[in-house]
Amino acid sequence: MQGEKPLIERWLVAFGKFWWDFLVGDTPELLIGVLVAIGVVALLVRAASLNSVAVVSFPALVIVLLAASLSRARQAKR
Amino acid sequence: MTLALAVFLASAVESVEALTIVVAAGVSRGWRSALEGAAIAVAVLIVLVAALGPALVYLVPIDVLRAVVGTLLLVFGLQWLRKAVLRSAGLQAKHDEDAIFKKHVDALAPDGGPPEGGATASKRGTGSKRGTGSKRDATGFAVAFKGTFLEGLEVAIIVLGLGGGNHQLGVAAAAAGAAVLVIAGTGVVVARQLAGVPENAMKIAVGLMLVSFGTFWTGEGLGVGWPGSDLAVPVLVGTYAAVTWLLVRLLRASARKSPQARETLHAR
Repeated sequence: MQGEKPLIERWLVAFGKFWWDFLVGDTPELLIGVLVAIGVVALLVRAASLNSVAVVSFPALVIVLLAASLSRARQAKR
Repeated sequence: MTLALAVFLASAVESVEALTIVVAAGVSRGWRSALEGAAIAVAVLIVLVAALGPALVYLVPIDVLRAVVGTLLLVFGLQWLRKAVLRSAGLQAKHDEDAIFKKHVDALAPDGGPPEGGATASKRGTGSKRGTGSKRDATGFAVAFKGTFLEGLEVAIIVLGLGGGNHQLGVAAAAAGAAVLVIAGTGVVVARQLAGVPENAMKIAVGLMLVSFGTFWTGEGLGVGWPGSDLAVPVLVGTYAAVTWLLVRLLRASARKSPQARETLHAR
């Protein structure tokens, strides 16, 4: 069994791989886009006190993100 | 109610996927090991939720919990929704449980090839005697455990996310348990007709709910004051549903112009 990694290392790698696949997978744009949207909303609410703008812009950003990711998938199929 | 429905549907979809693997392991390597593997995986998942759930709910400040959980739900929900929209539009092949079943059965056959009579014959109970074996089989156990644990882990995250974010862990856990029981019960009766489950429609519904709850809780965690408070959730679901419907129609129309996508549509 030479060269086999220790159990704890294999578990850590598997744990990391699970979360990577879970959050990133083949759509890194979704994770990045969600983080950007959260940053924008946080700025609107906390820095600019624009609650009503945040209420509208957060779902709008999510919709743009979904449409952009689908468009990327559509381009890849061509 | 919306929360319970979201957890129920998500758990049902994941349970169908886990059931496919468990039935394939049972048919190929013997039911005893497959069922033991699945049962132990479920027990481990219950312990995980029971251990992590209260810790999340009572130790982490609610705004932090909602922001983190909401972000996870948003990313996860968008992934589900994207995939389901692509499948509905014919740009991606639908999840074929029969094909997945056959792949697992073929891979699990001791000689690496399909069991006697092929996967289809084994499924009907007319093939290999391996499907009726009562001895323990390490491969069958491991495959059933891994399949159930990995699919169940996603359910556990949804239960902890939706239940923990709203202090309704009991409701979420009960909804997930009900879905597992319904699918397991259905599996006993119609294990050979997994492909009949309208998985893509369920996936769209779950994706919509996860994205809606994700938007709502992330917003709450960041300090957004939603008009109507909790009533904002159904409004978000409705808005996202309308947009999803529109996106499916647009992509379907565009897919008809693409030769590769036309093949996917015709293959269904």
